[in-house]
Amino acid sequence: MIPFFKKKKQLPSGKDRKEIKEELFAKCEKCGALYYKKQLERELWVCPECGYHFRIPARKYVEYILDEGDFEERIGQNIYANDPLKFPGYAKKLEGYYKKLELNDAALCGTGHINGIKVVFFVTDFKFLGGSMGSVYGEIFLRGTRKAISENLPFISLTTSGGGARMHEGIFSLMQMAKTVVGVVELNEANIPFISVVAHPTMGGVMASFASLGDIILAEPGALLGFAGPRVIEQTIRQKLPEGFQTSEFLLEKGFVDDVVSRKELKEKLTFYLKHLGGENGRSKTD
Amino acid sequence: MRALDFERPIVEIEEQIKALEKEAQDNKVVKQALMRLKERAEELKQHIYSNLTRWQTVQIARHPDRPHAVFYIHHVFDDFNEIHGDRNFRDDPSIITGFAFLNGRKVAIIAEEKGQDTKDKIYRNFGMPHPEGYRKAMRLMDLADRFNIPLISLVDTPGAYPGIGAEERGQSQAIAESIRKMLKIKIPFVSVIIGEGGSGGALAIAVADRVLAMEYAIYSVISPEGCASILWKDAKKANEAAEALKLTAKDLKEFGIIDDIIPEPLGGAHRDPVMAMNNFKEYVLKHLEEVEKLEPDKRLILRRKKYASMGSFIEKEG
Ligand SMILES: [Zn+2]
Repeated sequence: MIPFFKKKKQLPSGKDRKEIKEELFAKCEKCGALYYKKQLERELWVCPECGYHFRIPARKYVEYILDEGDFEERIGQNIYANDPLKFPGYAKKLEGYYKKLELNDAALCGTGHINGIKVVFFVTDFKFLGGSMGSVYGEIFLRGTRKAISENLPFISLTTSGGGARMHEGIFSLMQMAKTVVGVVELNEANIPFISVVAHPTMGGVMASFASLGDIILAEPGALLGFAGPRVIEQTIRQKLPEGFQTSEFLLEKGFVDDVVSRKELKEKLTFYLKHLGGENGRSKTD
Repeated sequence: MRALDFERPIVEIEEQIKALEKEAQDNKVVKQALMRLKERAEELKQHIYSNLTRWQTVQIARHPDRPHAVFYIHHVFDDFNEIHGDRNFRDDPSIITGFAFLNGRKVAIIAEEKGQDTKDKIYRNFGMPHPEGYRKAMRLMDLADRFNIPLISLVDTPGAYPGIGAEERGQSQAIAESIRKMLKIKIPFVSVIIGEGGSGGALAIAVADRVLAMEYAIYSVISPEGCASILWKDAKKANEAAEALKLTAKDLKEFGIIDDIIPEPLGGAHRDPVMAMNNFKEYVLKHLEEVEKLEPDKRLILRRKKYASMGSFIEKEG
């Protein structure tokens, strides 16, 4: 061991080169281009080269979509999973996420403004158990829709969910599909606009419940969207799936999403629909 | 009768009984031996079937001889008339819909059917519906609602079909819309899990005023095999996964997910289908009569309330 080399590798922060590199740079999964994270931040984490949408945390969406510094009245931030099945490893997993992500579950909900229009915004975080829907998620959703009704505000959901319903809460998770749809039905009957934004990936029980019931459904480009996971389908039919199967563009073609919208244009697009369905200053119902 | 591994000892002793019965006619000694053997068989059945693991219950729920929806339709209901197709794409034989009478009263039926023999199983796609199946079910929900006919659904599916056509035609959207519809119709609605309640594919026809389950039925967010391969990367650990998922009728009743358990003959409906059908009829009628007493608006409010309150969480101070 030659001390000289060792010393050179050690940078002032005590981190090695690989760590520093990961801290500063990010690589596009699609085209392989390397970027300064600061640069990608300015691009809302959309690859300038190929348009690939990096997966971003729930709080980033809050930052990008709501007006600056404007996310208040957090809904359901004090509710926590109860591990009703005493499912192997679940409690421990949750503890880890609480610490690492500073979230009480996979969903975040509150009121805020989009270009001055007040809304209830519900957004999920993929890093929290794949953005899966358990009891807390369902409860936050329903409290959110009810807040929207009681204050006559439009409701927006933005989802990323790998598996849909959260396996670790078994049948309780499955029931959240019906529970969230109760929220949608109530929105419908109160004539409150509900815009569902689906990002990569939104699958299973989330896609097969409220996310597919938006008055308007917008998808981020290139997102994986569908009911069954591609691997499950391939195992069932014993053949490879065609390129682009179950993507946002595929769903657009088949007629199941209204539009595919780049993250960079999402805020303006939402503003258009909020105005169109709800009136200039939010809602202006004439009845 | 086809036997599961853990049922072997019972089947063996039952075969011995059958053989002896032929000889027993006038032979006192044989008759006595036969009696003892019958007692022993009863004890064995009690012992095995009262101590089933959850995985064994799963196997009974999927037993090759277990009565399926078609059997229920023909033995419990009268004058069944099937309606076909979603008026859009095709008829999906995984879901049977139609009208019939139950004890003299009009009912509408939605039923998932897995199929009997190999040919029928293929025709029924093993009870895994496509979107058009759920859309057909929605047609029936609408008809039943408009003409004020109580609705009964029979759930028995491994899950909604994971295939190319199913995705192309909007499996997610069909399931979501069906759930929404069941939260809007006002007619009395009783749903029974008769075998396998496979995730979203089951829930898509089971958002009801009363949800019942046959004693050996299961209802789960994911199959034990699927759960095991995610958790332990090994589908063979389905045994442990079934325990973890707590998916039996008894579990579901304790959790408040289902409203009642319909008793089956010891060892499963296939061991005495007549008794199973009688119990089914009795329980469905009882629950149907209870929900029929409610005003339609009140009934819908209660149905929504039930699903709105589902979930298990802790609310902390602060
Ligand atoms: Zn790129």
